[in-house]
Amino acid sequence: MFNVNRQMLTRGALAAAVAIPATFFASVALAQAEGQPVPGGLGLPNMVTPVGLGTQQLYNMVLMPIISFIALFVLGLLIYVCYRFNEQANPIPSKLTHNTPLEIIWTLIPVLILLFISVPSLRLLAQQVEVPEASVTIKVTGNQWYWSYKYPEDQGGGFGFDQMMKPESELQPGELRLLAVDNEALVPVNEVIAVHITSNDVIHAFGVPSFGVRMDAIPGRLNQTWFKIEKEGVYYGQCFFICGKDHAYMPIAIRAVSREKYNEWLAQSKQKFAGAGARVRIAADSR
Amino acid sequence: MASSTTVGAHDHPRGLRRFLFSTNHKDIGTLYILLGSIGGVIGFLLSLAMRLELAYPGVQIFPGLAEFLHGADPSMALDAGKNLYNVFITVHGVLMIFFMAMPILIGGFGNWFVPIMIGAPDMAFPRLNNISFWLLFSSLVLAVISMFVEGAPGMKGFGGGWTFYPPLSSNTGSPGPAMDFVILALHLAGASSILGAINFITTIFNMRAPGMTLHKMPLFVWSILVTAFLLLLVLPVLAGCVTMLLTDRNFGTMFYDPAGGGDPLLFQHLLWFFGHPEVYIVILPGFGIISQVVSTFSKKPVFGYLGMAYAMVCIGVLGSIVWAHHMYTVGMSLNAQRYFTLATMVIAVPTGIKIFSWIATMWGGSISFRAPMVWAIGFIFVFTMGGITGVVLANASADKQFHEGYYVVAHFHYTLSLGAVFALYAGFYYWFPKMSGYMYSETLAKANFWLLFIGVNIVFFPQHFLGLGGMPRRYIDYPDAYALWNVVSSFGMIFVTLSLVVWFYAIIDAFMKKRLAGANPWGVGATTLEWTLSSPPPFHQFEVLPRISGSGR
Repeated sequence: MFNVNRQMLTRGALAAAVAIPATFFASVALAQAEGQPVPGGLGLPNMVTPVGLGTQQLYNMVLMPIISFIALFVLGLLIYVCYRFNEQANPIPSKLTHNTPLEIIWTLIPVLILLFISVPSLRLLAQQVEVPEASVTIKVTGNQWYWSYKYPEDQGGGFGFDQMMKPESELQPGELRLLAVDNEALVPVNEVIAVHITSNDVIHAFGVPSFGVRMDAIPGRLNQTWFKIEKEGVYYGQCFFICGKDHAYMPIAIRAVSREKYNEWLAQSKQKFAGAGARVRIAADSR
Repeated sequence: MASSTTVGAHDHPRGLRRFLFSTNHKDIGTLYILLGSIGGVIGFLLSLAMRLELAYPGVQIFPGLAEFLHGADPSMALDAGKNLYNVFITVHGVLMIFFMAMPILIGGFGNWFVPIMIGAPDMAFPRLNNISFWLLFSSLVLAVISMFVEGAPGMKGFGGGWTFYPPLSSNTGSPGPAMDFVILALHLAGASSILGAINFITTIFNMRAPGMTLHKMPLFVWSILVTAFLLLLVLPVLAGCVTMLLTDRNFGTMFYDPAGGGDPLLFQHLLWFFGHPEVYIVILPGFGIISQVVSTFSKKPVFGYLGMAYAMVCIGVLGSIVWAHHMYTVGMSLNAQRYFTLATMVIAVPTGIKIFSWIATMWGGSISFRAPMVWAIGFIFVFTMGGITGVVLANASADKQFHEGYYVVAHFHYTLSLGAVFALYAGFYYWFPKMSGYMYSETLAKANFWLLFIGVNIVFFPQHFLGLGGMPRRYIDYPDAYALWNVVSSFGMIFVTLSLVVWFYAIIDAFMKKRLAGANPWGVGATTLEWTLSSPPPFHQFEVLPRISGSGR
């Protein structure tokens, strides 16, 4: 599985380097691949959570092969029919309009294929929806046009902060345009993180492709999802529901670190964001 | 026949009166096709601007467009441009569905050929038919006006996507009157379609010629019948849904406002209860057209006629009970998501029956590759492509990776922009000789096909990769990693644009050269009643009802 992805990555990077001025991609192609979109990528990103890996497996091992086969099968039939039964090859048309066994077969086989798909699909669905016992809970609130995070007091937090996109003029070398943020949200690696999601104004959607997580932030509702990141690193996501003019400019950046570093960060952040004042809109204050 | 033309002569108005006050189903059908073409061209120009913008990372086109279209102040042009992009995606969606696909497929071809195919002189309610059209025209005017009045604070037009979810569409997101214009446009379009649906159902149930039983009706008539029932059932729900939004916006109700005990999700459920059947409303007439075309050019009756007819009924029923598969990420309960996953996947079965039956119709046939048949074969392939990604997205689990991303954009454009549009072109080139009396150039029609086929595949196939990579839809700008496939996608628009030019040229060429088509240009395979009439048909046909004997198709 991983080999395939790496192969795709290399191929994509090559294609990109050929088709587009190389300078444009150089910084991105050389950067680390996980947690951010792959230039010219052809497949799913490398997944770092159990749900993400499940999604990758479902798509790459079950759905993708089946739909490719069906597409090629139909294409093959069409080509054969056009070749074999065109006017020159078959001047006298048959009057065949019924074949009950055939009709039963092409009803039953799709049913069987769908049943075959539904088993792993529904298993993964339950895994996505049923949130296991979490060691860290964070609350994420969508705003026009940034995300606010709140870390609860009883888990060593008790602070909140806003996560804004870094404007292009402030980017450091290696930081990604439209994805880099001012305050990354840290979470401990290899622990179950429960995320509570809501919104202050219009509907947004919290989505991080390498987690297999996408959940709407809806005013007046508190949605819940979860992830367990199995690899340290920074993972980018974006807003996945149209929310106004700056819909494309409210990225998400989540950094997975060891428990020790996380505790350190919690302590520092309590200081740092305590005095942040009016800019910090804590989610609990909202409706 | 001679006496009937003299009797009918007095009600054959000319010029403006003929079209403004028309009660003739063929004239109204022509008006619908013209309106749909105008809507389609505007919708296409909007998408051209979008693809130009997305052809390179960063924001290039839209600030200038905002200055040009709205007279935005250059200092505010960037924000106005971002808003204008959202307005474009919204209006593109609304135009393509309500003012391109539906008018041409249902109002245009439906009006023209349903009465003729069942052997009726006209529609059951000719004046209702007239008002259906002019309501739709007024609706188009309102929709276009909405682009030029205030929506979001300080911005022109409503830019919240064609699904109009509140709170973005309520006073929170767009306090200006743009959204009110959109709501009223939807009201009028809805009323137009409901009246049209009543007209079709009455016509099909009551005005079939002697011997034309339901099970002998051509499949195109079946498809319009199922579509009309869907319209009649779901459009009132849309009307209620947007009326509640209108009162929320203007009269202080709180249907969708959580601050007053309402729920934004109520809107989504109501909208999709209409919206999902709506996609079948767009594609079912296409299915009907493809059945006629495939059968005509294979010179064989449709394979499994009853299975084909009831597969459409089945798709209509199933399509009405799966709406929440557009809402897998709103936080529905596990069991609700399980139900909608399984119910949605079941639709693949009747759809598969249709695909295989078309191929079986061709099997053993004597296929002539005239232009309509080439479009139909193209349709079968691209619709299969859109259908199989639909099976992927039916899974609530997989959808969480693709929701509101480019995979979804690729999926529904394969079913609609390729599927419905290819069916539309198949129908256009199939019936154009009948409607106009002139034959088009076969070469131009095929050039039109190949340019569009190559073009749309270059535009939309790479969008699968963007979606897999995680690119969200409705973005004016994207991280640089998505550049390659966006460039490729935009490149495809060159072919699509050329195909439109060729299409116009093919029409002009046909009217200039005046090659007479004759009553039946398609030969022995064309067995439905329209091919028994002259081309173009007389102003009033079947004043003596035809008698249908033998087996129908």
